[in-house]
Amino acid sequence: MSNTAALALTSKDFTSNQEVRWCPGCGDYSILKQVQTILPEIGLRREEIVFISGIGCSSRFPYYLNTYGMHSIHGRAPAIASGLKIANPALSIWVITGDGDALSIGGNHLIHLLRRNFDMNVLLFNNEIYGLTKGQYSPTSPEGKVTKSTPMGSIDHPFNPLALAAGANGTFIARTMDRDPKHLRDVLKEANDHKGTSLVEIYQNCNIFNDGAFEVFTDKSSKPNTAVFVEHGKPIIFGENNSKGLRLDGALPVITDLASGSFGPDDLWIHDKHDRFKANLLMRCFDTPKPDGSSLPRPFGVFYKESKSLYEQSLHEQIADSIKRKGAGDLDALLKGKNTWEIL
Amino acid sequence: MKDNNLTDAANHVRSMEELKDVTILFAGDSGDGIQLTGSQFSNTSALFGNDISTFPNYPAEIRAPQGTIAGVSGFQLHFGSVEIYTPGDQCDVLVVMNSAALKANLDKLKIGGTLIANTDGFDIKNLKLAGYIDGVSPLEDNSLGKYRLIEIDVTKLTREALKTSTLGTKEKDRSKNMFVLGFLYWMYNRKMATTEAFIREKFIKSPELIDSNLAVLKAGFNFGDTSETFTTRFEVKPAPLPKGKYRNIMGNQALALGLIAASRKSGLPIFYGSYPITPASDILHELARHKNFDVRTFQAEDEIAAITAAIGASFGGNIGVTASSGPGIALKGEALGLACMLEIPLVVINVQRGGPSTGLPTKTEQADLLQAVYGRNGEAPIPVIASSSPRDCFQVAFEAVRIAVEHMTPVFILSDGYIANGAEPWRYPSSDDLSSIHPPLLDKADGDTFLPYKRDEKGVRPWVVPGIAGLEHRIGGLEKQDETGNISYDPENHQTMVKLRADKINRIADFIPLQTVDQGEMHSKLLLLSWGSTYGAIKSACKELIFEGYSVSHIHLRHIHPFPKNLGDLLKGFGHVIVPELNSGQLVKMVRSEFLVNAQPVSKVKGLPFSSAEIKAEVIKYFQL
Repeated sequence: MSNTAALALTSKDFTSNQEVRWCPGCGDYSILKQVQTILPEIGLRREEIVFISGIGCSSRFPYYLNTYGMHSIHGRAPAIASGLKIANPALSIWVITGDGDALSIGGNHLIHLLRRNFDMNVLLFNNEIYGLTKGQYSPTSPEGKVTKSTPMGSIDHPFNPLALAAGANGTFIARTMDRDPKHLRDVLKEANDHKGTSLVEIYQNCNIFNDGAFEVFTDKSSKPNTAVFVEHGKPIIFGENNSKGLRLDGALPVITDLASGSFGPDDLWIHDKHDRFKANLLMRCFDTPKPDGSSLPRPFGVFYKESKSLYEQSLHEQIADSIKRKGAGDLDALLKGKNTWEIL
Repeated sequence: MKDNNLTDAANHVRSMEELKDVTILFAGDSGDGIQLTGSQFSNTSALFGNDISTFPNYPAEIRAPQGTIAGVSGFQLHFGSVEIYTPGDQCDVLVVMNSAALKANLDKLKIGGTLIANTDGFDIKNLKLAGYIDGVSPLEDNSLGKYRLIEIDVTKLTREALKTSTLGTKEKDRSKNMFVLGFLYWMYNRKMATTEAFIREKFIKSPELIDSNLAVLKAGFNFGDTSETFTTRFEVKPAPLPKGKYRNIMGNQALALGLIAASRKSGLPIFYGSYPITPASDILHELARHKNFDVRTFQAEDEIAAITAAIGASFGGNIGVTASSGPGIALKGEALGLACMLEIPLVVINVQRGGPSTGLPTKTEQADLLQAVYGRNGEAPIPVIASSSPRDCFQVAFEAVRIAVEHMTPVFILSDGYIANGAEPWRYPSSDDLSSIHPPLLDKADGDTFLPYKRDEKGVRPWVVPGIAGLEHRIGGLEKQDETGNISYDPENHQTMVKLRADKINRIADFIPLQTVDQGEMHSKLLLLSWGSTYGAIKSACKELIFEGYSVSHIHLRHIHPFPKNLGDLLKGFGHVIVPELNSGQLVKMVRSEFLVNAQPVSKVKGLPFSSAEIKAEVIKYFQL
């Protein structure tokens, strides 16, 4: 689909004439900018790209991109995108959704999209709060979270979105954050390259209703101990001066001190995004972060990638196969049916 | 061989009585193969040239407790040498496979009618299950004196016919419905070739079942022929239907064919998103069989995904279609509003059933009319059209696609359980008889600034499918600025847009046929105004009333929103307007508010269709005032 004309596009070509209306300082700006940056690089023309969103702050996204787009209804973007992909498998479809949209009201559609494995990208903006409705707790808010609807603290156990995606047999599962533009761009590009449904969870700061929710993973002082960036084929290393790593003791991830000399990089867990079991362990690293380094770090990166048949491709193969076996539909034969009689 | 048998049989005929029309009700346990028996007799009668109408009536449970009244499955068939409009009010023949079937259906048998009973279904166990507490068989206590009783030990005779078969007893017993069918074929002087061919195809993978079913079918036929008990056979000659080529068709099947035909005539693929629900699922089954017509079927995770996937497909240039029944339609409400707001083609089929909530899944009702016309948040007008019979479903589906595509709007089709599973002969069209459908697709930029919500003279916006350079645009559920489609919260603009969307729908009245009077004069003392599946019963009643000298007319609506332009004027021609509906009065509300006419409801909410006798009785009341 790529051609020279497409390659000549810049991020400006993907910017619509609509004024961006997120609150100043919102993490959404960074995500929009990174998406507008990578779109010219992936070699598609504007008309081949469709952004489909649900409802929520993040779902305004399609209006700001000069591509095709639909701002739909709450939670339903994955189903709309599925229908569109069946109608035209050649389109590059990006579903834009949030933690409430994807995991609460639209939870059913998300898991079924993942198991069917349509070739599309899902960007899940997780800010652990309902922003557009002005600050109620969301299905990813931590327990005890005090919000307008939980004045005594939330008593819900939050979702781990990636473990959910793995449970639905998602074929590409990744996590990144608004505050690390390069990592965000790299993950987005890899998601786009994947043939199948790519789920990218993006930690996104809501500076109005949940400011600093992910600060512990982004602040220079705590980040080394709380966040780990995994790369395929490389040992899982983190900490100040890369002094720590994760080692597997059986099926148990263990924080390992590399400075003591007892363990070296060769003893560490080598990240393999094609290993379903290890990827599941990685996605299960979901401890409440403690800046002192006593909790397992929160992993970021591409955790899992698997090649599996695409729904839209299989559907069209069945149609082609049916035409091959029965011939292209003959309307008159269909209307006539098997048993007819004539009245003269 | 079989032809020889038939000739032999004909030679043995003792007397042959000619009948104009006959109604048979087959009833038995839901595992007895009643639906199959009924539909085989129907097909054979239709192929013979009779006009027919059928009404399957079965329990919601797949296998309700055996032998109980809750588990009784029925199939009513009305066939004749005259035109047939309904499956018949009362039956001439009642076939019961067990005691429960008798208990559940005896009130439907005419006095003097024929009762065929499988005596094996009247043992102590069956009698008790059916609620004959004292265990006394109604076949033996002289309580059935008003009827002509034919007792046959079907189970015993079936086993005997299969004496040499290696099948187990359980498997042998499963073909006892064929014995009954064979006997009725003898009784009504029918050839068995259609059913024989059906058996050969159905059991193609198990030759021993072909042999056993054919043997039992023949045994049933021969039993009638050789038994001295049965002295009369009946003949129902072909009906004088209009010239042409016919086939048999069921409502849901006709909807599927109408969609495929419209797909061909518009040049656009059908995308059908649906979640299984009684009584709409057969549309999905039928469409899924025709993938070689580029039909894309998608069994969604829920009702909401079914409709929103269809919206996505329409955005991508397919004809998005979804279908459900009441509870599922309720779930689709928000998405219907989206389709309205986007102004995108979509066809939504509601095969209505008894409500509210889960209600009566296998029973019929017309209680979702107001939901279809008004049931959305905000002002979200959607055209509503209703099918009047199984074969009419074809035209209605075709028409719904035409309106959806040419007017860029969701369209509701109202069918119901009665039509969905009922069958009748259909003078099928050829593809050349069908008009073309013209989608307002825009396939290239014309150089000017593209305005996705700029309207043509019909008030219709262009359909622009992703993939076309220079026409990139964003659509959504938020209120949009006139012409540009950009988000707008401007108060004046909102009022303009609400009006533009409503005007677009109202103007569809310019593109649908004027209303005609189905029966009777343009001016008469009383008008029967109806919609949907009540057509046949009301038409029959009206014909008889006119024949009996009453000043009565009948108008039947296909288009309910918008109404045909001349309906208001037509209604002025009648002294009284009564509106029979299988609800507590919904169309009547609309007609009263729209036309200020003193229309009165006739309501039935029992999960069952009107009988024409009920309609006649209501009309006669007005003439006795």
